Amino acid sequence: MNTEVIKESSMLMQKEMIARNYDALTSTQENGRKVASTFVPGNLNELIMCFDMLNNLPEINAIQNGMRKKSGAMIMDAERHGHSEDVCTYVKADIGQMSKGNIAPNGKPMPPPDLLLLSYTGCFTFMKWFELLRHEYGCETVMLQVPYTGDGIITDNMRDYVVKQLKEEVIPAMERISGVKFDIDRLRENLRRSAAAEDNLVWVLESAKNVRSPIDAYFGGVYYIGPIFTAFRGTQEAVDYYRVLRGEIEQRIEQNLGPITPEGDMPEEKYRLVVEGPPNWTHFREFWKMFYEEGAVVVSSTYTKVGGVYDLGFRHDPERPLESLAEYCLGCYTNRNLPNRVEMLTDYIEDFQADGLLINSIKSCNSFSAGQLMMMQEVEKRTGKPAAFIETDLVDPRYFSAANVKNRLESYFQMIEQKRSQSSAA
Amino acid sequence: MKCFIGIDLGSTTTKAVIVDEDGQALGHGITNSRSNYDTASRVAQMEASISTRLTLFRQRLDAIPELKGKITGLLDDLERYFRLELFLEQLDDLHQTCLKSARDLSIFGGGADLSEALEEIFQQLNKTLESLFAPGAARKSDFFRDLAGSAYMHVGEEVATQMGLSFETLLNIYDKSIIEVENRPPAHNLDEKFMNALDRVLKQTDISGDLMRKPIQSALEEEIEACYIVGTGYGRVRLPFPKEHIRSEILCHGLGAHLMYPNTRTVLDIGGQDTKGIQVDESGIVANFQMNDRCAAGCGRYLGYIADEMNMGLHELGPMAMKSTRSVRINSTCTVFAGAELRDRLALGEKREDIVAGLHRAIILRAMSIISRSGGVSNEFTFTGGVAKNEAAVKELRKLVVENYGDVKINIDPESIYTGALGAAEFARRSGTGSKVH
Repeated sequence: MNTEVIKESSMLMQKEMIARNYDALTSTQENGRKVASTFVPGNLNELIMCFDMLNNLPEINAIQNGMRKKSGAMIMDAERHGHSEDVCTYVKADIGQMSKGNIAPNGKPMPPPDLLLLSYTGCFTFMKWFELLRHEYGCETVMLQVPYTGDGIITDNMRDYVVKQLKEEVIPAMERISGVKFDIDRLRENLRRSAAAEDNLVWVLESAKNVRSPIDAYFGGVYYIGPIFTAFRGTQEAVDYYRVLRGEIEQRIEQNLGPITPEGDMPEEKYRLVVEGPPNWTHFREFWKMFYEEGAVVVSSTYTKVGGVYDLGFRHDPERPLESLAEYCLGCYTNRNLPNRVEMLTDYIEDFQADGLLINSIKSCNSFSAGQLMMMQEVEKRTGKPAAFIETDLVDPRYFSAANVKNRLESYFQMIEQKRSQSSAA
Repeated sequence: MKCFIGIDLGSTTTKAVIVDEDGQALGHGITNSRSNYDTASRVAQMEASISTRLTLFRQRLDAIPELKGKITGLLDDLERYFRLELFLEQLDDLHQTCLKSARDLSIFGGGADLSEALEEIFQQLNKTLESLFAPGAARKSDFFRDLAGSAYMHVGEEVATQMGLSFETLLNIYDKSIIEVENRPPAHNLDEKFMNALDRVLKQTDISGDLMRKPIQSALEEEIEACYIVGTGYGRVRLPFPKEHIRSEILCHGLGAHLMYPNTRTVLDIGGQDTKGIQVDESGIVANFQMNDRCAAGCGRYLGYIADEMNMGLHELGPMAMKSTRSVRINSTCTVFAGAELRDRLALGEKREDIVAGLHRAIILRAMSIISRSGGVSNEFTFTGGVAKNEAAVKELRKLVVENYGDVKINIDPESIYTGALGAAEFARRSGTGSKVH
């Protein structure tokens, strides 16, 4: 695994952006900025920016620690403090990080948050997580209640309810903490930049409709969504990033190149898959390799929609600033009901000409995993394409069994192969 | 003759199956995987080729009218003598290796000269173990390690006491040597051993030697030409084969079960470290599958741990569970907690056979959940893998299938342990003969 990793300029740009954000976060004593801790689903970055606050995402910290092979020790630490083995491993990695001096990935201590902004209540664990943080930091906490779209639609009532909370609770709290007065025009500007970046992100994700996809929409996709899901949506940096990224992908299509992997361009596209569920972060490279080695390209994934389902048409709208923020929170992937998710997956398989659906079911994330078996069977029935199920975890290395995952993946690829030769013989 | 080989490298055992150009199974072989898949694969192939020779002998002898009605007995004797020769050769290898290990030990300060003790032990072993190959004798295992090992323990302890030596040292010598012996390439001169065995068979019958010698000789001369090999199972990546010669065990089990029972639509395989529920279509193509996650709870290995905890052989668990009169509910199929659960139940005064029956039920309950996740049971249901040999597991399975899916036909082949290897051999045949997969 020590081979030199191939990186494109968009990747280097992103790396710098992330590093700058961590540097800003760990220098609040000097820069005097206030910190809001929040979540990827329902992330209100444009609003946070209106108050000159910094955005800290504990989920992303856990992912960073997972990819740097540090989460295992943090989780064990949290377990030593009494957290059960079955609790969400993002939570335990975060708690473990705190107990180990709360060191950010740049090696400097993270400041305590000034505001805990719970942006999404679709995950019950998120609420408990922030309650634990509130207990630890004793800082101001706002819980934005986001109704679940159980009937598959966002009603006016739901939107009004979220807008009301933004006006009456979220914005006043941010004004109070930051000392900056809310300026709706500033928000509109941020949202305009968001929409521009979102257009290009969607273009990039849709480029996988090419047969000989220029991207991997899961393993590559998690990099592509990086800026827009985190502290950069609404910034000029994000606009620039997505313009550069789009340029790179346009070039790949022109040159008829497949997706880029840590070991270079993928020479062959043998299988086109749609993937449901987050990736495993502790063995990310090893996991990815199991796909690209076999010529399997992920052409669409639902995980890249957890921080916004832009490909189905949603854009942040400067003309309806608070309303569109509310709709954004309500429309996140895991806030959608199961029939909606089945429909999305079915459409992806058809629109992206995929060979089938693969579900990576996450041990410690019930909000993602509950219902996946039904979804799988339903998608299989509707598309007639084979599906498979693998099980890993987010950031707990103990839940990644390489032999088991590889066994299932290889079986699945060979199953697709067999089905193909069966139908070509028929 | 052109042959095609499938090898299934499981976590516990390695299996090989040889088929001919028409897909007829000619022979199969099994050995323990001994953490060395290279050797295991060679030994399993050798066993399969021995079994193929026996099939060829039978084909030749079947054509001789004078032998009618006697062939099975003759071939059983022939195999017995052949296996005895093979066994004694390996025992002698063990003897020499133990002597060498003992010498190494004394060079490095082990002290006492143990060669005398070893001579005594092996003299006794030769005598007692030969009886394992007497007509009608039952062997507890087919693996050299198991047979020689348990006898060595027994004899070694006696000899150590008599001679005032440390049994532990003798045990260390054995442990070190058995690994070397097991990993040595399979024995040569199989043809010669077959002919020697034939001589012994002929000595005890009034059948004319010429009647048998020629056909056996001609069967031995028939070249078994391995045209294509396909590997599967956990150790498949260890095989020195190009990628197209390696198939997933799920596909191999699906196809193998289909070949044994063409109406099979659902396959359950419980192996050493995984349990698979597989749905196949009318051509044996896998339509869906589910298996246990990284944890081997409720797999064959779990029974292995239980057997160890109870100081019993794995094959003794099933018969013990069959004696149960009362059902005991076991909640955990966790391998790690297996020992604790067991001791807990014993402390509560439960009977061993009832607890063991409960453990079997717990395993099957877990398997039923995997099956239902893969799509349930439809039409014929085939149970394969090492655990399918366990009568108590089979009994529970039958009960639960009927309870959940009604009166479904359940197939359990006594040779079901070879299902994956058979599927692999068929994949090999299809690739090797260029016949379309379907």
